[in-house]
Amino acid sequence: MTEQQTAPTSGTGTTRVKRGMAEMLKGGVIMDVVTAEQARIAEDAGAVAVMALERVPADIRAQGGVSRMSDPDMIDSIIEAVSVPVMAKARIGHFVEAQVLQSLGVDYVDESEVLTPADYANHIDKWAFTVPFVCGATNLGEALRRITEGAAMIRSKGEAGTGDVSNATTHMRTLRAEINRLRSMEPDELYVAAKELQAPHDLVREVAETGKLPVVLFTAGGIATPADAAMMMQLGAEGVFVGSGIFKSGNPAQRAEAIVKATTFHDDPDVVAKVSRGLGEAMVGINVDDIPQPHRLAERGW
Amino acid sequence: MTTTATIGVLAVQGDVREHLQALERGGARATTVRRRSELEAVDGLVVPGGESTTMDKLVRVFELQQPLRERIAAGLPVYGSCAGMIMLADRLADGAPGQQTLGGMDILVRRNAFGRQLDSFEEDLHIRELGGEPVRAVFIRAPWVEEAGPTVEVLARVEHGPATGRIVAARQRNLLVTSFHPEVTGDHRVHRLFADIVRESLRERS
Repeated sequence: MTEQQTAPTSGTGTTRVKRGMAEMLKGGVIMDVVTAEQARIAEDAGAVAVMALERVPADIRAQGGVSRMSDPDMIDSIIEAVSVPVMAKARIGHFVEAQVLQSLGVDYVDESEVLTPADYANHIDKWAFTVPFVCGATNLGEALRRITEGAAMIRSKGEAGTGDVSNATTHMRTLRAEINRLRSMEPDELYVAAKELQAPHDLVREVAETGKLPVVLFTAGGIATPADAAMMMQLGAEGVFVGSGIFKSGNPAQRAEAIVKATTFHDDPDVVAKVSRGLGEAMVGINVDDIPQPHRLAERGW
Repeated sequence: MTTTATIGVLAVQGDVREHLQALERGGARATTVRRRSELEAVDGLVVPGGESTTMDKLVRVFELQQPLRERIAAGLPVYGSCAGMIMLADRLADGAPGQQTLGGMDILVRRNAFGRQLDSFEEDLHIRELGGEPVRAVFIRAPWVEEAGPTVEVLARVEHGPATGRIVAARQRNLLVTSFHPEVTGDHRVHRLFADIVRESLRERS
């Protein structure tokens, strides 16, 4: 392949259709589920979509080993169980897992650092697919590189499976600060900015002009409470992924619903306070600082 | 002489910002609605695109369902795109268990009628009420209108492919619905049409 692939402009799989799907998820909560039963609980609690995966990040962390795309039977059973969109994870660079997920009819593929990477040099060429992709990012350059490869949605990475929100905070603040920095620049400074961000100049210029990413930005990785979700929204996230935080907690249905409410009313402390009552135990957390460097998922992908 | 109309966008979930921008560029004053007091202050309302099950859940939890139904029954102009079309339907097919709508429009709407995201598409539609230029219609896991009552005016049908003939835009007095998302295309004619409906209803009241 010598020419860069681009999306069609009519019919299915257009850029507008792919990015538009993410626009419709805004203000919502996407929940990790590993069974059809969990998917139904999530839908019932008001999730805008569910993420089907084999093991939640907290278990991947605890059990170790190579983590891969889920069993197609399991994904089918989740698609069958709910009417909201179903997302599923493929390993970074594993374009065949992505092909399989597209063939199963999932609504969004997450090329995810939570699974063990399949390629340590290249991410998936996401333009080659009809199904849209969401990718993680820790900073603006990484987000723009994923968008260049065809990602139609970005989520800040955070540190999945920890219940520690600090990395999600760092990534959201970094993205916001880098976008603000571009906004303050003169047009002739954007060439060097693009070089420093290791991202294409046209995307850098677009961000400088609009003050936002060209695709929807969600947050992920370590969100465990309604207040965590509300803080991420106040920091500029357009929606929230919750992984282990729900089904590793004492009362998943109630916590899921509370996080949905807190996401909508993220700027109203009275609502966040009210929904935070009586939720039972939150997931047992791990401090990101206690995780040895090679086991930090956010550092996968580049 | 112009009447300044304030149009709210139901902001519990969905692509609220796009509708606010489209309304403002279409010549209206736009504001978000998440509370009963905010609902009382608007002359018209947009129910945006999003996930209809989530919106239904949130309007019930935050005690907006009844006030919304009352204002719709009293003639509030409302425009629903995609999930918003579902919310305005009197009858719903393929809803989630227990899913409710606000109702108001005498239509049966089938949710996710075109299929999953892989089937989402865009195409040109010709809508007489919007003038000669076709509208670029973006359908995302979209619903369609399966049956429309006698007082419902059909504005557009699918023009190509297996779903040809399905109703994807309709109006019943002050209620307007589209299966597609004009708010993501930069073409504000649908929002302008809705703003006209709102202004007309304000004039009738005064």
